[in-house]
Amino acid sequence: MKFHHDIVIVGAGLAGLRAAVECVEKADIAIVSKVLPTRSHSGAAQGGITASIGNEEEDHWEWHMFDTVKGSDYLADQDAVEIMVRDAPRVIYELEHMGVPFSRNTVGRIAQRNFGGHTRDYGKKPVKRACHVSDRTGRVVLDTLYDQCLRHKVKFYPEHYVLSLVLEDGRCDGMIAYDLSSGELNLIEAKAVLLATGGCGRIFKTTSNGFASTGDGLNLAHRAGIPLMDMEFVQFHPTGLYPLGILVSEAARGEGAILRNNQGERFMERYAPTVKDLAARDVVSRAILTEVREGRGFEGGFVHLDLTHLGEEKILEKLWEITSFVRIYLGIDPVHEPIPVYPTCHYIMGGIPTDAEGRVLKDESRTVTKGLYAAGECACVSVHGANRLGCNSLLDTLVFGRRAGLAMKEDIAKIEYHPVSDEPLEKAKELIGGLLDNKGPEKIAIIRRNMQSLMMDHCSVFRDEDNLGIGLEEIRSLKKRLRNVEIVNKGRYFNYELMEAIELGHQLDLAEVILLSAFRRKESRGAHFREDFPARDDTNFLKHTLVFPGGEVRYKSVTVTRYHPEARVY
Amino acid sequence: MIMNFRIFRYDPEKDDEPYYRDYEIEADPKDRILDCLNRIRAEKDPTLSFRMSCGHGVCGSDGMRINGASALACQKLVRDFKENEEVLIEPLQVFRVVKDLIVDLDPFFERYNSIRPYLITKNPVPDKERFQSVEEHRTFEDAIRCILCACCTASCPVNQDKATEAYIGPASLVRAFRYLFDSRDEGSTERIALLDNKDGAWGCQTKWMCTKVCPKEIPVTKEIFEIKKRILESRKGKK
Repeated sequence: MKFHHDIVIVGAGLAGLRAAVECVEKADIAIVSKVLPTRSHSGAAQGGITASIGNEEEDHWEWHMFDTVKGSDYLADQDAVEIMVRDAPRVIYELEHMGVPFSRNTVGRIAQRNFGGHTRDYGKKPVKRACHVSDRTGRVVLDTLYDQCLRHKVKFYPEHYVLSLVLEDGRCDGMIAYDLSSGELNLIEAKAVLLATGGCGRIFKTTSNGFASTGDGLNLAHRAGIPLMDMEFVQFHPTGLYPLGILVSEAARGEGAILRNNQGERFMERYAPTVKDLAARDVVSRAILTEVREGRGFEGGFVHLDLTHLGEEKILEKLWEITSFVRIYLGIDPVHEPIPVYPTCHYIMGGIPTDAEGRVLKDESRTVTKGLYAAGECACVSVHGANRLGCNSLLDTLVFGRRAGLAMKEDIAKIEYHPVSDEPLEKAKELIGGLLDNKGPEKIAIIRRNMQSLMMDHCSVFRDEDNLGIGLEEIRSLKKRLRNVEIVNKGRYFNYELMEAIELGHQLDLAEVILLSAFRRKESRGAHFREDFPARDDTNFLKHTLVFPGGEVRYKSVTVTRYHPEARVY
Repeated sequence: MIMNFRIFRYDPEKDDEPYYRDYEIEADPKDRILDCLNRIRAEKDPTLSFRMSCGHGVCGSDGMRINGASALACQKLVRDFKENEEVLIEPLQVFRVVKDLIVDLDPFFERYNSIRPYLITKNPVPDKERFQSVEEHRTFEDAIRCILCACCTASCPVNQDKATEAYIGPASLVRAFRYLFDSRDEGSTERIALLDNKDGAWGCQTKWMCTKVCPKEIPVTKEIFEIKKRILESRKGKK
């Protein structure tokens, strides 16, 4: 089938829905998602959204900007960060006006709480900056935006899996989508396409990410000729629930929880004397694994997150969801017992390079790809640099999702409609047919498991040249093995085996890009820690990595405006 | 430990009728039932279809019937069952089965949409946030835990009964409650008009199944009762 819309948004998480709400009244828009509405992974965000609205104590956007830049280990582009943090209060009030039921403080204003790396007066002490809805902020904002989409009758293509982007003459004209419910292939033409497809945490064995976070959008852009930026910067959240990797929100520490080693010691005092447990995530993840390496962890490789002194009332009011997870999955009650936690792959700071309007940039001289936009986790503006601060990701999706919406609304007036030939559809048919006819001894589940273990062992919190080099070789061999995969399920309806084979192709490509970017960056910065190069090297590496299709690596300068790189101590 | 599953199967492409198939797999007591289903798919039968996304009870994708009761497969653990006990896995009731454990949720979302699931306001908004006290927020706090998994609606005897299947269902009513009792909402007249009919709040026959199965422990039946009370109060007010 053939469909046509002015604007097509891929992904129904916060960035996609926010963009949709922005342009629905001015354009014919549609949202394509491989899952049903409200199942997108933004919903798993727990802790909150940061904004310097100062409801609890004095705060300023300059402080928020400084924290974000310092958190990024000075790799974020400061013009973009400034846009984001200055827009943050507007974002919060806008969400409140839409109906987001924010938690309230005693005077009836939006409550705010502490979060890692967010400080007052340029690092002096933690500041309460995170606006939240208990520990279900992402889900509730997702629901509210979905409700707004229903109100404005946004067209959805649910359970449609995008197979390719149609890019011709440096311009995006649409996409090919596979309807999971029927097995049909659809050509969806558009003047503007927004990729809002989220992250790729499922490349790693231990992750907080959902099954759908396979990085499809990142690699669709890459396959269509777009470089990927700063992909070595993969965030490991310090407190994944052991052994599942499910997120235990930083909100726990924001509300006062403490990390303890097997001696009962509050070890973060040694790693971050000023803000302790509220240091940036990369710092805390390394501290946890250092404790484990030095024999002060618990058997299996975890530490304790202690909430027991917070009291049941506060825990149930502010941390209901994580309390429920711990009770269900571990059978222990965090009101009375500490929670076993260890770092879990959580977020990719890198992604599809864009300008502050979401326009996709195809090279280091910032050439715009007409008709193609990206926002949210799959995009790299870059506001998170080498390490994202907690609660800045929801902010990112809402600020830059909206800006992409505004830009698309404006741009479509200038973009002519280009009908797409049958060729992309024919190619997609061949791809599906080829996959279904493929014969060989390999199984998707096994290759995927190998990839996930390999990335965990070779490219997680601690890295070095030897391990990255071996990782690269092994990923390349897994890519070869993927060619010999046989898909047993030949059915038309909800053939997830077929979809997972395609997803795995994306994951392996991205794993290679991550390894290659990490291999080339011979310094330590933010989440990228090289044991063979443990210091930051601003002389040689204060720059963004760009990996082009085919594996060429080039670099792009970082925009520094207000805050010049200095030692990063918490 | 060894787990035995009996799973509902139906592929419209080749089956005239649904059937059940048995699978035996090795599982760890800490595994989720969702992990077991994935293992069955990976090791035994890649044609098995079911929805999943977050894997920890937030997205609401994997609602299904486990030993007869609607639940999320990611929230039930192997250790909740006995070794060698047969675990029966079936799709949610009420909705049409599309394939295996996947049901058509379009009608669910259509009904959800019919209650006007968004804040209705009439007065202009302030520059900053509207005020809401902690107590006002608390009245609907439980309801915002809803993840639209449809377990409640699928378990409701009223929705299951052909004679009363037009009932809007507990999930829609939980969202209606969430807006009706939000102190910021100014649409209570319209909302009450939408809910004050036999297939609206009055469709509820207080069977409690929704409350029993809710994976997010929402007091669903109680909230529907509160809606009914509010409707009666508004009728009194009109007189």
